Amino acid sequence: MCGIVGLHLRNPELYPRLGELLTGMLCEMGNRGSDSAGVALYGDPIWSPPGRGGVSVVDVSDDAQVVVAAVSGRLGHDVDIVTVDDTYLLSADVDSAVLLDAVKAAYPRALIAGFGADMAVLKGVGHPRTLTSAWDLTRAQGWQGVGHTRMATESAVTPAGCHPYTVGPEQCMVHNGSFANHATIRRQLLSAGIDFDSENDTEVGARFIAKQLADGRDVESALKELCATFDGFYTLLVSNRDSFAVVRDAIACKPAVIAETADWVAVGSEYRALAGLPGVGKAAIWEPEPEVIYAWNR
Amino acid sequence: MEQVRAFDLRAIPLRDVNSALHAPDLSGEFVISHPDGAHSVAVGMDAAVKVTVDGHVGYYAAGMNQQAEIVINGNAGTGVAENMMSGSVWVKGDASQSAGASAHGGVLVVEGNAAARCGISMKGIDIVIGGNVGHMSAFMAQAGRLVIRGDAGEALGDSIYEARIYVRGEVASLGADCIAKEMTREHHQELEHLLKAAGFEGDDTSTYTRYGSARSLYHFHVDNAGSY
Repeated sequence: MCGIVGLHLRNPELYPRLGELLTGMLCEMGNRGSDSAGVALYGDPIWSPPGRGGVSVVDVSDDAQVVVAAVSGRLGHDVDIVTVDDTYLLSADVDSAVLLDAVKAAYPRALIAGFGADMAVLKGVGHPRTLTSAWDLTRAQGWQGVGHTRMATESAVTPAGCHPYTVGPEQCMVHNGSFANHATIRRQLLSAGIDFDSENDTEVGARFIAKQLADGRDVESALKELCATFDGFYTLLVSNRDSFAVVRDAIACKPAVIAETADWVAVGSEYRALAGLPGVGKAAIWEPEPEVIYAWNR
Repeated sequence: MEQVRAFDLRAIPLRDVNSALHAPDLSGEFVISHPDGAHSVAVGMDAAVKVTVDGHVGYYAAGMNQQAEIVINGNAGTGVAENMMSGSVWVKGDASQSAGASAHGGVLVVEGNAAARCGISMKGIDIVIGGNVGHMSAFMAQAGRLVIRGDAGEALGDSIYEARIYVRGEVASLGADCIAKEMTREHHQELEHLLKAAGFEGDDTSTYTRYGSARSLYHFHVDNAGSY
C-alpha cells in the first residue's frame, strides 16, 4: 500500500489554495497506510522565502535559536528559521548547497529532509491527518506539492523512514511499492562514496536518481536507468522546482491515476484523492502506462 | 411504475447504501450519486434491479454481482465486476486493472479502455471493451468471451484454457500457449451477438481475429521430463 499524491498548479489563482488541496488529497489516502507522512511544498513564501537558499531539517534536538546560532556561525551569514512541528526550515542569502554544508557541519547527524530554493519538506511519524494539522498545511501556498502517506514494509517507522526523500537541490521523490534488490544497489552506492540516512528501500532509489542527475543525466533518463536497474514494484513521483515526473514499473500493479485540466495536473494513488479538486469533473483522467515517463513543467 | 430510490454517498455512508441494496425481495431502480472514487460501491447485489452510479468509482465496484443491471457513469477502479455471477455491469468510461477478474457469468461492458489484466482468470463472463486493454489480459482465462475493439497489450491470453478472445486492433504479443485461430461462421455469429449486446453494432466482424488456447500446456510433455 502507501499513498502518493502530487499537485502541479498551472493557474496562479489557485496558488493560495495549494496547502488546502494537498491536505485533502493526502488525508484521503490515509487508509492506504498511516504510520508516517510527508510533503514537499514549492513556493510557500513563509516556509521557503523567495530568492534564498533553503534546507529542511527534521528531528534536531536543539532549540531553534541554538540551531540558528550554530549554523550562521559556520556560514558567516544570517540564517532565518521557521519551526513547523518537528521540522526546522532554515533559509539564508546563500546557495542552498552552501547552507546545506553549514547545517551538516553544525549537525552531522541531522536528518536532511530536503534542500533547495522555494522548497520546504515536512515529514514525521503519525497519521497524515494529525501531521497536516500540526503543520497547519491548509494555509500553505505555492505552485506545486507532493505528498506521501506510508505503510512501512521495508524499514522502521522513524522520521528517516518517511518520504519524501531528497534527491538533489529542489528535488524530491515519493514512492508507492517496494524495491527487492535495494540492498545490492545500496552496497554499490556506498562503495561509490554515497551516504545513507536509513535502511529504507526508497532512499536507495532516491540516492540512485541523485547520482544519475549528478552524473549529468536528466530526470527522464535517470528514471529510465532506475527502471532498468531496480527490481520491484513501484509508482514513483519525482518533483523538481518547476516540474514533476511519474513512472510505474513494468508490471504496473501499484496504482496511479493522473488528472489534467487547464488549471492543474494532479497525480494520486487512487482517483478518490483527486475527487475534491476544483473542476475535476471536466478533467482528462487516465492511468499511466507501465515504464512510460510522464513529466510536466511550469 | 416504481419510484427511483436515490442515495447520495456524500450524505449516506457506503455501508448503509450497500445494506439497503442487499434487502430481501429488493425491486425497483436505484441511483447512487457522488461516489467520488469510493471502493466497493454496489457490491454483492443479488436482485434483478437496476443500479445507476453517477460518477467515478474506486476498487471492486459491482463485485460479485448476481442478476442486477449496474451502470457506472464514469471510470471504474481496480477489479470492477470481479467475480460477477450474472447480470450486467456497464462502465461508460475507462476501467482500471483486473476488470471482470474471476467472473463466472454476466456481461461486462467498458466503453473506454481497460488497463492490465482485464478478464484475468475469467470463468464464464462475457466482456466487451470499447477501446484497448493492457498487458496480461485474459491471463489463465478459463471460460467466457473477451471482445476487444481496440488493441491488446503484451502477453494476451497467457496460459489460457478455453476462453475465446476476439481482437480488432493490434496485439502487442501473445502469452504462452495463446494462438490466433480461424474465424468460422459460428464465431462471426457469436461476435456479432456480443457486439450488438454491448451497443457496438456495425463493426465488421471480419476485421477481428480470434485467439484461444493451443492446448499444448494441458498435458505433461515427455520431452520435458528432464526438467523435473
